[in-house]
Amino acid sequence: MEILVVLEHNNQTIHRMSWEAVAAGQSLGKDLNLSTTILIMGSDVSTLAKEAATKDITEVLVAEHPLLETYTADGYARTLTQVIESEQPAYVIMGHTYMVRDFLPKVCAILKQPLFGDNISYRIENSTPIFIKQIFQGKLMAEVSPQGNQPYLVTFQSAAFQSESVHRGAGATIRNLSITLSDEIIKTRSEDPFQETTIDVDLSSADIIISVGRGIGKKENINLVKELAEVMGAQIACSRPVVDAGWLPPYHQVGSSGQTVSPKLYFALGISGAIQHLVGMKGANNVIVINKDPNAPFFEIADYGTVGNILEIVPKLTEAIKGG
Amino acid sequence: MKICVLVKQVPSSDALIKLNSDSTWIKEDTVVFAINESDSFALEEALQIKEQTGEGEVVVVSLGPDRAQRAIREALAKGADRGIRIKESFPYSSDPFEIASLFAAAIKDDNFDLILSGLQSDDLGSGQTGVILGELLGMSTATLVIETELSGESIRVKRELESGWFQWVAMTLPASITIQSGINSPRYASLRGIMSAKKKEIRLIEKNDLSGSIPSLQSIEHVYLPQKTKRTEMITGSIDQVVDKLSEILKRNIKIL
Ligand SMILES: Cc1cc2nc3c(=O)[nH]c(=O)nc-3n(C[C@H](O)[C@H](O)[C@H](O)COP(=O)(O)OP(=O)(O)OC[C@H]3O[C@@H](n4cnc5c(N)ncnc54)[C@H](O)[C@@H]3O)c2cc1C
Ligand SMILES: Nc1ncnc2c1ncn2[C@@H]1O[C@H](COP(=O)(O)O)[C@@H](O)[C@H]1O
Repeated sequence: MEILVVLEHNNQTIHRMSWEAVAAGQSLGKDLNLSTTILIMGSDVSTLAKEAATKDITEVLVAEHPLLETYTADGYARTLTQVIESEQPAYVIMGHTYMVRDFLPKVCAILKQPLFGDNISYRIENSTPIFIKQIFQGKLMAEVSPQGNQPYLVTFQSAAFQSESVHRGAGATIRNLSITLSDEIIKTRSEDPFQETTIDVDLSSADIIISVGRGIGKKENINLVKELAEVMGAQIACSRPVVDAGWLPPYHQVGSSGQTVSPKLYFALGISGAIQHLVGMKGANNVIVINKDPNAPFFEIADYGTVGNILEIVPKLTEAIKGG
Repeated sequence: MKICVLVKQVPSSDALIKLNSDSTWIKEDTVVFAINESDSFALEEALQIKEQTGEGEVVVVSLGPDRAQRAIREALAKGADRGIRIKESFPYSSDPFEIASLFAAAIKDDNFDLILSGLQSDDLGSGQTGVILGELLGMSTATLVIETELSGESIRVKRELESGWFQWVAMTLPASITIQSGINSPRYASLRGIMSAKKKEIRLIEKNDLSGSIPSLQSIEHVYLPQKTKRTEMITGSIDQVVDKLSEILKRNIKIL
C-alpha cells in the first residue's frame, strides 16, 4: 500500500479536517503516482466506512475493536501501529487535529518513523516530498526534509487542503482488519467529553470586533481598547495570552480553543497572528491590523495594516472618531 | 514525587525574527531569549504539585546551547531543585524524535514519576516531544492539559478538546503530560530564589555522549519569510496621519462609522 489516510470521527461524523487529509492524500498520490487508501478506527464504524468508500480511493480499511469505542491515545496508537506494520504504507496522512496531536507522536515513538507535523503544503524534489510548515508561530516558513526511510507520518494544518476538492470514485471496496488490543496496554481512562457554559458574550453575531493581543502590555491598558470599542459600537475579543494573564475573561477568546467569528470588521491590535488565533477569525470580511512588528504574520491576511504602537494610535483614534 | 520539567529556551514572543546569512535558521545575535511559554506553565504546575505533596524534587531538563543555561537558572530561581542540560551547538536538531530520544537517554535512570512539558515549542512548534518521550519511557501520556489532580499513584487531568469541549482523563503514574498555557499563574522568582539558584546543581551532558545510536529522521533545510497571500494596503505616515487614514477607511471603505 502506498498512501494511507486515517479518518477521525466522533462515532457519528467524520472530522472536517479528515476530508482535507483525503484531499492531501489524493494530491500526493497524483504527484507521486501512488494509490490512496482510507483507514477508519473505532468500534462500530460501518456507516462511516460506506461514506468513505464513495471517494476516489483504492480501498477502505476498517479497524474495529470494542476497546476503540471511546478514544484513548494508547488504543489508537497501538491500532494504527498494527495497521502500518501489516499494510506497510509509504505515507500515513492525517489532519493536524487535537486528537492527532495526542496519539500520533506515540506511533512515531513505537515505530521510530518520522512525524512531519502541521504542514501547510509540500513540494516534490527527486520524487520525495519536502514538507513546508510554519515555524516561530508563523513568522517563518521551513522546508523539512525526510532523512530516514518510509513510512512517513504526515499531518496537515487546517485549510491546507480543501475538503471540496476530494474526488469522488466509483465505490471503493471495504476490508475489515483484525486488531489485537488488551485492557493492559490502555493506560488512560477517558471520561465523557463536556462543554463549559461560559459563553456570556456571543461574538459570532457581532458586526464589528476589536480584538486585542499581548501587545497591549498590561491589564490597565485594556481600557484604551474598551473606549475605542465604545465609540465604534464594537465587541471586544482577544487572543489566548490575554485570557491566560487574566486581563479579559475566557469567553472573549477567539481561536481554535475559543470562539469562531465572522464579523464585517476584525480590528486586530497587538496580536501576532498565530494560526490558532487566525482559524477563529478567517471568515471576517475586512481585517485591519496594527502591530509594531512589520513581519507579524497577521499582516499576511490583512486588508489594511499599519506598523505602529497601539498604545499611541488607539487613544488618538478614539478621539478622532469621537470628534466625528 | 520526582518531577521532570522540560524547559526550552526560545526567542521571546515579541522578538524581531530575521534570517541568518544562509537561510537555514534565524539570526540569533539580536534576539532576546526566554523560557518557552507553555513550559513556564508546566514548571509552575510542577512546583505546585511538589508543594501540595510536600516532598520530592523538581528537575529542569533542557537541550540547548550555552545561552540555555539562563533559562535553567531562571527555573531554579523560581524553585526547581536542580537542572540537567544536554549541550548542543548550532545547527540544532529539529527532529522531535531525536530530541525526545536524547531526553530519554539522559533521564531514564532518574525514574521520574511525572514529566511535564509544554504542549508545543514556540520556535519549532512540533508539538511532539513530550508524547514521544513518554512513550519511549513506557509512561502514560496526555496532552493539552489545563488542570491536574494528583492522588497517590494516579493522576487525573482535564484536557482541552476542540471547539470548547473538555475531557477528564485518569491514568497511573509514571506519566508524561503536556501542559497548555493558562493552567495556572506562573510565579516570579524572588530575590532569595535568585540567590539560592546560584548554588543549585546543573549537570551538563554532551549531546554526542548520548546520541550514539539516535537517528535524526528529519531536518529543516531551508527557512524563509512567508509570502503575503492578500494585497494589504499599508498605512504609513505620522501618528496623526495614520489615525486620519484609519478613520477614513472605517467610514468610506468599510462603511461602519
Ligand atoms: C493547541 C493550541 C491552541 C491555541 N488556541 C488559541 C486560541 O484559541 N486563541 C489564540 O489567540 N491563541 C491560541 N493559541 C496560542 C497561539 O499559538 C499564540 O501563542 C497566541 O495567539 C499569541 O497571542 P498574541 O499574538 O496576543 O501574543 P504574542 O505572540 O506575544 O504577540 C504579541 C504581538 O503584539 C505586538 N506588539 C507588542 N507590543 C505592541 C505595541 N505596543 N503596539 C503594537 N503591537 C505590539 C508584537 O509585535 C506581537 O506581534 C493556541 C496554541 C495552541 C498550541
Ligand atoms: N530543546 C529542548 N529543551 C527543553 N525542552 C524541550 C526542547 N525541545 C522540546 N522541549 C519540550 O517539549 C515541548 C514541545 O516541544 P515541540 O515538540 O518542539 O513542540 C516544549 O514545550 C518543551 O517543554
